[in-house]
Amino acid sequence: MKSSNPFALWRWEKMFGEWQMFGEGFLRTIEVAALALILALVLGIIFGVISTSNNKVMRGIARVYVEFFQNTPLVIQVFFMYNGLAIAGIRLSVFMIGVLGVGIYHGAYVSEVVKTGITSIPVGQVEAAKSQGFTYVQYMRYIILPQTIKIILPPLTNQAVNLIKNTSVLAMISGFDLMYMADSWASSSLDYGPSYVFAGFLYFMLCFPLATWARKYEERLKRKDTARIPFDPSEEAVTC
Amino acid sequence: MLEVFQNVFTPSNVEFLAKGMALTLVLSVSVVLISILFGTILALLRTYEKRVLGKLAGFYIEMFRNTPLLLWILVCCFMIPYGTIVIRGGLALTLYTSAVIAEIVRGGLNSVAEGQFEAAKSQGFTLIQTLILIVLPQCFKSIIPSLLSQVITTVKDTSFLQVVAIPEYTRSGFVVMGRYTTTPEVFMIFAVLAVGYFVICFSLSCVVRGYQKRTEIVR
Repeated sequence: MKSSNPFALWRWEKMFGEWQMFGEGFLRTIEVAALALILALVLGIIFGVISTSNNKVMRGIARVYVEFFQNTPLVIQVFFMYNGLAIAGIRLSVFMIGVLGVGIYHGAYVSEVVKTGITSIPVGQVEAAKSQGFTYVQYMRYIILPQTIKIILPPLTNQAVNLIKNTSVLAMISGFDLMYMADSWASSSLDYGPSYVFAGFLYFMLCFPLATWARKYEERLKRKDTARIPFDPSEEAVTC
Repeated sequence: MLEVFQNVFTPSNVEFLAKGMALTLVLSVSVVLISILFGTILALLRTYEKRVLGKLAGFYIEMFRNTPLLLWILVCCFMIPYGTIVIRGGLALTLYTSAVIAEIVRGGLNSVAEGQFEAAKSQGFTLIQTLILIVLPQCFKSIIPSLLSQVITTVKDTSFLQVVAIPEYTRSGFVVMGRYTTTPEVFMIFAVLAVGYFVICFSLSCVVRGYQKRTEIVR
């Protein structure tokens, strides 16, 4: 007679017999997260830089992008790509939906982070660069962005952690990511306990090192530069 | 266009969606309130108690902050035999949000100067009195913007609950959508959903920005 404990040993054995399934999901999650992160960074830098420009139209475009994607749920955006676009005749693979949906959503957050970073650089730097004949693209590329990176690295890493966690939204549209694989194993074998614990462990292994590194880096930065970069906890909007 | 509008906005649909919106709001408010309470306790423990309880609080926070919300929703809804589905879903959201809020509160606690403790001690305040009367008020004042941003996130996060068929706003929208097949109608319902969340979240984010501007001038 097998034990009926939801965490009984035989359930674990059964699950690890099917480890390839979890491995596949884990890989899929990493792939989607990596591509979405690249997309989010590209979009975030473009819109972050645009939102600090002097051109009103450009600033407006960046504002609309950020406000729309930050103020509507990812679930609805992803389902729009999955159901809405399909009805309109545009069929995207679930993989593409994952990359585009999560990437565009987090691009809005990255854009805000980049913007905060740029505005934290003293105006004098821009004036000095301009006086030396730097063009807009040049001083952004050589003067402002390199200095910004140090400041925005911790919040950016936190965004990456949130992005990894949010790829789990793919499970809702059968995206074959880790969450989906764990859930389908759980409901087909009825071994909910081991399946969810293992999935949680794998997500944790991805996110925890990043989150810890970000915290340590930020603490070190604060200790080193307290005089130079006044840090305000109210600006550390830890949203996702 | 007008026809689509009339097709979608039937009295029964509107009522159904309004009910969903009501549940979303009730869930968001209760989750946020309980999470602030629980999160503050966790943050206090993690910051000022360096032994067993502090370690446990740290473990809790790291565990929930580094795993997806969806996982906790599934765990709570499929593995807890008690309560209604709404309560179980709300519990998952509360457990998750508490960990995030704990980290926000911790940031606020770290910004309170050491001298405050010494000053309070010299005036005969006990530790509990110091925390409640002196440290926490200053802490909360400095984290109001981050807390409000987290409220926005929580409102959006309630949409994850649609996966276990909790009839909040997103789920109601999807249920209504099931009855329509033409592109304009489906798009209209998606728009209704997006606008519903947008109105709530955007007004909150305006409050955040207004607050930040005001405090900037004072500083």
